[in-house]
Amino acid sequence: MTSAYDLAIVGGGIMGCSTALRLAENNMKTIVLDQGDLGQGASGVNAGTLSLQIKRVKLMPYALKGHREWEAMGEAVGFKKTGGYTLAFTEHEAELLHERQALKANAGAPIKFVSNNALRAAEQNLSHKILAASYCSEDGYANSSLTGQYYRVRLKQNEVEYREQCCVTLITRNNSCFELITTLGNIQAKRLLLSAGAWLKPIAAYLGVDLPVRARINTVSVTERMPHLLSSIVGHATGLLTIKQKTNGTILIGGGWQGRGTPEEGRGNVSANTLLPNLSLAQHVLPELANARVTRSWVGFEANVPDFYPLAGALPGIDNAFVLGCVRGGYTIGPYIGRLMGDFILGQEPELPLFDPGREFNEV
Amino acid sequence: MIKTCDVAIIGAGPAGANAGIMAASQGCRTIIIDEQAKAGGQIWRAKSAAIKSAPNTPETIDGDRLRASIDASNVTHIANARVWQIERELEKWVLRLIINGRSEKIVSKVLILATGAREYVQPTPGWTLPGVIGLAGATALIKQDLVIPGKKIVVSGTGPLIFYVASEIRRLGGEVSAIVTPNSPVDWMYAIPSMFSRPELLWRGFVWVADLLLSGTPIFWRNVIKQIDGETKVQSVTVSKVNNDWSPLDQKRLIEADSVCIGYGLQAATETSQLSGIDLKHQPELGGWVPEVWENGETAIDGLFVCGDGTGIRGAAAAEIHGKLVGLSAAEIITSNVNFPRSALLTSFRRASRFGMAMTALSIPRKGLQKLTTDKTIMCRCESLRRCDIEHQMEAGAATINAIKSGSRAGMGPCGGKYCQTAIAKLIAEKEHRTEAEIIPPTPRPPLRPVPASELSGEFEYTDLPIPKPAPL
Repeated sequence: MTSAYDLAIVGGGIMGCSTALRLAENNMKTIVLDQGDLGQGASGVNAGTLSLQIKRVKLMPYALKGHREWEAMGEAVGFKKTGGYTLAFTEHEAELLHERQALKANAGAPIKFVSNNALRAAEQNLSHKILAASYCSEDGYANSSLTGQYYRVRLKQNEVEYREQCCVTLITRNNSCFELITTLGNIQAKRLLLSAGAWLKPIAAYLGVDLPVRARINTVSVTERMPHLLSSIVGHATGLLTIKQKTNGTILIGGGWQGRGTPEEGRGNVSANTLLPNLSLAQHVLPELANARVTRSWVGFEANVPDFYPLAGALPGIDNAFVLGCVRGGYTIGPYIGRLMGDFILGQEPELPLFDPGREFNEV
Repeated sequence: MIKTCDVAIIGAGPAGANAGIMAASQGCRTIIIDEQAKAGGQIWRAKSAAIKSAPNTPETIDGDRLRASIDASNVTHIANARVWQIERELEKWVLRLIINGRSEKIVSKVLILATGAREYVQPTPGWTLPGVIGLAGATALIKQDLVIPGKKIVVSGTGPLIFYVASEIRRLGGEVSAIVTPNSPVDWMYAIPSMFSRPELLWRGFVWVADLLLSGTPIFWRNVIKQIDGETKVQSVTVSKVNNDWSPLDQKRLIEADSVCIGYGLQAATETSQLSGIDLKHQPELGGWVPEVWENGETAIDGLFVCGDGTGIRGAAAAEIHGKLVGLSAAEIITSNVNFPRSALLTSFRRASRFGMAMTALSIPRKGLQKLTTDKTIMCRCESLRRCDIEHQMEAGAATINAIKSGSRAGMGPCGGKYCQTAIAKLIAEKEHRTEAEIIPPTPRPPLRPVPASELSGEFEYTDLPIPKPAPL
């Protein structure tokens, strides 16, 4: 058996990998384990939207920092700062948009409202039925498909070990050490970070901790390559649509419409009942989409807790164990909050406060 | 429009059509959905209206017989329809399909998948040049439109299909410059005992080969096309001898040609099986990855059956009988009165399978064929990715098809990976010293075929969209 690691990280998504990279800077001997490939869960199948306009007010400082991280990761993750519009089509939506964007602007996001003429000058192909539109120059996207390959390369460069297709089937504690039983052998570690996204609940249960983690199952679709139709990312006042055209011409359509399935059963499935209105809404916003062939739709699990704020801190009741996940807007915030988590594990004061996983949870 | 039925079948080839006719004969309300205008599948593809007076062939005769049986049955045959999604809802199967540019819904108690096979082509330098088509693609042109792909044609690949295509090209007045096959006459001799299980098919094959030999068509046994040459279209092919594992050797020969028909065996089309939730297993003797299915077509999932070449390559003769057997199995879910002797069917299915699997054994690509793919050969046609682009992903740590797909877009184009995934799996297996059985196929995603967004959504009113309540602020 190999000697104990300083830290074992269960879950090789953005959260786990970015924490590992922070710890590597401090020479902590870390291993990252993933049941599948790195960055192939929510980190790798989300729509890649980096929009301050759809972030929660309280998380805005984290999202602003997150944007800086993605910008620095740059081309390797397909980062593009395009600016983004959020659209309202009814009086009610316009009201909602004004109310929400005012609070977000107040929290530091450079969001302003634009006239229809200005919008049309910038984006000729959007619907002419728009009633109100907000704009944020900070918005853009990255290519979530590249997450896994990005972190594989970064972990290797920083000499962080990782194991893929490595399923943790049990965690025990003895002599102030954790022992992880995995499908690729046993691993001993002095500290433990759980960052398994939608699979956090069963993993924490190995240590007798009941985390109130649930999962949404978000649908994303992509079209074949199309002529240039859209320069910016575009969203809907309710948050139930994101559209962007990638540099290769394909158009990515998201918005968090719910598919079917649970993390325990596998990867989840697309449901036509929600896919079809998702695609209708997208065509309402960008009528030219009607001619685009949809080549692929898929789903990914987005973990949350009842108050929809992150779990980021010490695992309640277990010394030397930590948990990081359930971050609403986790793709945007992940690389930054991972750094904060790394600081916390190193015993340093994080730049922004973390979110105690032991708090009381109230349903919103 | 929502249609409901007892048994829904995807695919109207020999397997699906016979499954439908049999299920309907037992009193099941049965719908067969098929992409083509007429039933028959690839093997018994109907002649287009423009060539109706063309002489009949064994395929058109068998196909016409099948089409007449469907017409005489209570089966509802939905033609020109593409299934794009399969879901299980409230113990029923819900199929979404595009008919006449609209997305429709069919709800059934039992679902039978009969989606047949697809062809494997080992990526070879020049294989993306205009003038190169698959062997199976060539049969479609020939059967439906009496069209041959060029004037001087090289027919190349494995198994019996090369002889069928070559003799059809000659029948239609084309010139076969050469037949190039890595199989040897000895491979064929070993197959003959199994072929006696279907003597009429053995005889047909004999006639094809005799015709080719008598016409003086050169047959290069134990040879492969190492390269297809030409700037903007096929001008010639470079042919090379192979050793026992079909690795190309150094001696070369140039054959002039303006087109190439090439194929290295068939594989079960497993997308519908995967989307329905059936696990796959790797069975090289059946062409590679196949769904987990019992002989009677049953699967581990309630109300779900698979028949024909979609369960593994056993050929049309076996598919026809398998369809009947599976139609009966499916009917048993619906009605308790199924009364049809099965033992004779089972015996003839096994006999026909022996023949089909002997042909599959001849067709299965051997390891050395992978050497045809060079560093700069395109592997993923949709995204124009070369072997070196795929290898670059692997060098950076990607070790699964899904990871390579994410990192490079290989398999993310309109074909959804149907053309490249097998070749990429073989490459991973070779580089990582693993077997093909260890390289899990990529996750299936709907739609099964690319569909325009407007056809999926249909007409809609903005105010009718069921927009859920917004996320917390």
